[in-house]
Amino acid sequence: MRHIAAMRDSVSLALAGSGGAGVMTAGNMLLEAAALAGCYGLMTRSSGPQIRGGEAAAMLRLATFPTDAQEDRCHVLAAIDWQNVARFAAEIPLAPQSLLVGDPARGEPPDGFLKSGARYVPVPLKKLAGEIQGAWPNMVALGVLGGLVGLPAQALEAAARKSMKKGLDAGIAALRAGFAFPLPDDFVLEKPKAGGARWLITGNEAAGYGALRGGVRFVAAYPITPATELLEWFAPALARVGGSLVQAEDELASINMALGASFGGVPSLTATSGPGLSLMTEALGLGVAAEIPVVVVDVMRTGPSTGIATKTEQADLNIAFYGMHGDAPHVVVAPNSIPDCIAATEWAVGLAESLQVPAIVLSDQYFGQARAVIDAPPVSGERREREKAKANGTYSRYAMTPSGVSPMAIPGTPGCTYTADGLEHNERALPSSQAGDHQAQMDKRARKLAQLDPGERWASIEGEGDTAVITFGSCTGAVREALAGKPIRIVSLRLLSPAQPGKLKKALEGVKRVIVVEQNHSGQFLRYLRSEYELPADVRSLRRPGPLPFRPQEIAGAIA
Amino acid sequence: MNAPLALLQAKDFKSDTKPVWCPGCGDYSVLSAITKALATLALRPENVAVVSGIGCSSRIPAYTRCYGFHGVHGRALPAATGLKVARPDLTVLVASGDGDGYSIGGNHFLHACRRNVDLTYIVMDNHVYGMTKGQPSPTTEPDWSSKLAPGGTGLREFHPLVIALASGANFIARAFSGDPNGCAALIAEAVRHPGFSFIEVLSPCVTFRPEQRGWKDQVHPAPVAPTDDPGRAARRLMTDDGFNIGVLYQGRRPPYAARASGSAGSVNDLEKAFQL
Repeated sequence: MRHIAAMRDSVSLALAGSGGAGVMTAGNMLLEAAALAGCYGLMTRSSGPQIRGGEAAAMLRLATFPTDAQEDRCHVLAAIDWQNVARFAAEIPLAPQSLLVGDPARGEPPDGFLKSGARYVPVPLKKLAGEIQGAWPNMVALGVLGGLVGLPAQALEAAARKSMKKGLDAGIAALRAGFAFPLPDDFVLEKPKAGGARWLITGNEAAGYGALRGGVRFVAAYPITPATELLEWFAPALARVGGSLVQAEDELASINMALGASFGGVPSLTATSGPGLSLMTEALGLGVAAEIPVVVVDVMRTGPSTGIATKTEQADLNIAFYGMHGDAPHVVVAPNSIPDCIAATEWAVGLAESLQVPAIVLSDQYFGQARAVIDAPPVSGERREREKAKANGTYSRYAMTPSGVSPMAIPGTPGCTYTADGLEHNERALPSSQAGDHQAQMDKRARKLAQLDPGERWASIEGEGDTAVITFGSCTGAVREALAGKPIRIVSLRLLSPAQPGKLKKALEGVKRVIVVEQNHSGQFLRYLRSEYELPADVRSLRRPGPLPFRPQEIAGAIA
Repeated sequence: MNAPLALLQAKDFKSDTKPVWCPGCGDYSVLSAITKALATLALRPENVAVVSGIGCSSRIPAYTRCYGFHGVHGRALPAATGLKVARPDLTVLVASGDGDGYSIGGNHFLHACRRNVDLTYIVMDNHVYGMTKGQPSPTTEPDWSSKLAPGGTGLREFHPLVIALASGANFIARAFSGDPNGCAALIAEAVRHPGFSFIEVLSPCVTFRPEQRGWKDQVHPAPVAPTDDPGRAARRLMTDDGFNIGVLYQGRRPPYAARASGSAGSVNDLEKAFQL
């Protein structure tokens, strides 16, 4: 038994290498092994621009508590080789206390990493693998990292058994060789407390699962990074629950397919990223005018235009709020953690269905492509559903009601036929250019959202103090970590639109200073808050564009 | 047991909304043909959906008593595809024009033919943008002069039937609005045919293309029986005079089937993949 001076409640590791080195495979196994050992964790990934192969880095954080933020510093960078790995220097911030693990046969670590002052520990990964027939250096590296953080060998082997389809014996032997390699013991994780059931899930899978929990049974799909995995997840999942997925010819088609299916009474969704959302805005306006529920999950990436397709940014607020022409009230929801990708997407489906409006869910690449160990989510709460018309002879599709929501007839219902129309219309759904009808229908569509009572779910509110941070989405994790234990209130908005000025006012009672944290260049969130909310006089903006996620120290330093 | 429903007549499929079309517009007859076909097929209006985009012809849904979807310009086919895949029990007709269907919606036309969802696609072709008052469309003759293209576009016409065939449409017909009974029979046949059925209807625009009144003297029944051989159909379509009326190709491709499993499982079953 080793004597360990001080154990940690959180360790950050990166595993990098050139294409085909298997760093993602090993990274996923390490995360799973940590989960099997009772730890929480998070893995994000970074890769070069090559379609296939090319350098890649798996960035892991293992902890004894749930988290979806990366730490300020990476404790250990292990590289199978150093070819082009220097490109990740900005994404893998090292400190003098950090370790650089590399194979001396593959050269010295690049200056970009060495200048951090990190200690270099040579480990002959290739040689150790070469001593075992059919073994690969990535499995040796997995053993090295697992040993470094003190994971039990059984957990590592169990993770390997779960994911290796061939070469298992050689893989396990390589893992053991790495595990036995003597290394410093200053990055050992504390033994986690026993907890309840855990899941291993990506943000994209979580959004997809939440959508199905909310009742979605039709998805139209056009591939786009970083939403593709979400669409791919749906294909077999929908088939298993009796739904269907159509691959569309473009995003104009996918959103219109979703609207057509929803007109048919089936809760529908499509997922995309910024360029696709741009193409969908005309049809989203149709959804508003014709009052057809539909959900669009926008897995945001760096913009404008093609931007950096594989990297994160929170810069689609403007298009999500204001992209449609005319006055087009609709719902915008943003999950603020990976587990919340389940709950928030499920909720968005319910809001779209019950209010008969389009709902945009603003996830992002950071959440979407990160895999995390989370507590098994609670069962769904009360489901909000679409109010359907029953057969009658005097049906008015857009009848005036106090809530603004009118029962929707589903094709097949006798006595209620009507034409859903993007043309302005009267209560009976007949096209109208009359000022009175336009005013009445505009009022009705606005009223639906104005009368929404979102309950407690509109925001996550934590902490006390006369300073508040207002944020949303994937910044929330870093904000939480930066401000833990400090006398600062955190308000992370989940319901971005319709705005809830009364609720925010209450949440900010006693607050004298507000800092708005967002990940875009122009401060889109702050501008929106200023236009919709009453804020204290002292408001500061902490913002920068992607592609790098916020780290806690960046936020703590700016707020101190 | 419900009492058997009485058979409906064409007028039972017509709404009392007054069309916006010009007097003499060919689309009136297409509306009549659609309602006649639906009565012939003994369908109920609540089990039929008519989906359209934007343009003169795309106003048709509200003039029927069926469920209607009057969407955005060019996107009728995707909306109809989503509807039919989600609700295979419905009969779905799609109405479009040469601008909506062949220009802004051109990409969807290719992929709807290829996908072969069981839809009936009725395009009222008058070789002009009527609603915006007289601009050349993809099927306009190259020398037709207009404000937007003085002296003509100089561009050769788009050949919708050849493109439909090349893209995999399962049923291709040409109809003429001036013969509502013949048009109704073709629509009914198209609805019965499994898969994606495409009917190009020559439907004159008497306002911007008054010379199209002469079409009634040019159209004639196709002199040959329908073929299921795409090669033969291609030769016929490439060489015909544009006025052959009838079914010109009738394929046997199985229609699109959503890959749904036999029985609907519970969403909770999906959790297993995430559990440790």
